[in-house]
Amino acid sequence: MHTSSTLVLVLAVFGASAVEMIEALTIVVASGVSRGWRSALEGAAAALVVLGLLVGVVGVPLIHYFPLSTLRVVVGALLLVLGLSWLRKAILRSSGHKDLHDEDKIFAETVDRLRSTERDTLGFVVAFKGVFLEGTEVVLIVVSLGASQHRLGLAALTAVIAAVLVAGVGVLVSRQLSEVPENSIKTAVGIMLTSFGVFWVGEGAGVHWPGSDLALPVLVGFFTVITFSYTALMRARLPSPVGEGSLTS
Amino acid sequence: MIAKALRAFGRFWWDFLIGDTPELAVATLVIVGLAFAVDHNRLVGTLLLPVLAATFLLLSTFRGRRRAPSEPGPGSGAP
Repeated sequence: MHTSSTLVLVLAVFGASAVEMIEALTIVVASGVSRGWRSALEGAAAALVVLGLLVGVVGVPLIHYFPLSTLRVVVGALLLVLGLSWLRKAILRSSGHKDLHDEDKIFAETVDRLRSTERDTLGFVVAFKGVFLEGTEVVLIVVSLGASQHRLGLAALTAVIAAVLVAGVGVLVSRQLSEVPENSIKTAVGIMLTSFGVFWVGEGAGVHWPGSDLALPVLVGFFTVITFSYTALMRARLPSPVGEGSLTS
Repeated sequence: MIAKALRAFGRFWWDFLIGDTPELAVATLVIVGLAFAVDHNRLVGTLLLPVLAATFLLLSTFRGRRRAPSEPGPGSGAP
């Protein structure tokens, strides 16, 4: 496998994992602050174990028992749906047509909800659900990209490193990471997922890409230009008065 | 318990694949179909896949835009 596709794989998995873990961290910190850190951390750790098992249970059989061309078409289609929807959301947010993801607001809402109840297990459950739900998309991306390139170990390791980094920064600053340019990261990951999606769908169907794997960085460049052009186009079409979700990333 | 888990599993995939952007699911099916239909050795056929993805992205993004109060939203046209 060419270095360029491995590099795009690492960047895509790292970015996706970092973005989703920022969202999960917001929920875990809210749970820890309002219900106690022990149950919140136990819930988060349990979810990470389940997600890790999912990668092994789903990803390993895919590599060994699924024809590669079929796998690439299916994986490409999944990545394309996911990538296009991330890109659409990122463009709408950057151009002011959709409000930016507000970690501070989510944090405050979660704390309020947790403080208004007496159940002791709630901190564990909320942290578990937060990490599990946010992590499911990461598992899909890890399994898809890892299995179709036979680099499942590398994809999983990259996701773990990103998650550990985000959690480490979260512990250091002891709160949710609302200053992280989440929409910018989401845009970059959306571009990579869409590029991989188009590439694998073509490869799986038998298309001969010019330059073989080198077509992947070209696709990344193409979708980058498309994303910035669409963002500018959509910003120009923002109705007045201007919406609140202006460009910050 | 099993029925609840199955429902949650089904809901996850529905939200993931269709959600509030069914046009992107249709776009993906069209692109996959076209990938099999085009002449695999011709550059034009190959270039069609990313161009089509970009076109569908524009249409979907345009559908999700904020509208002026007087402008009708999607599906709110006159009967």
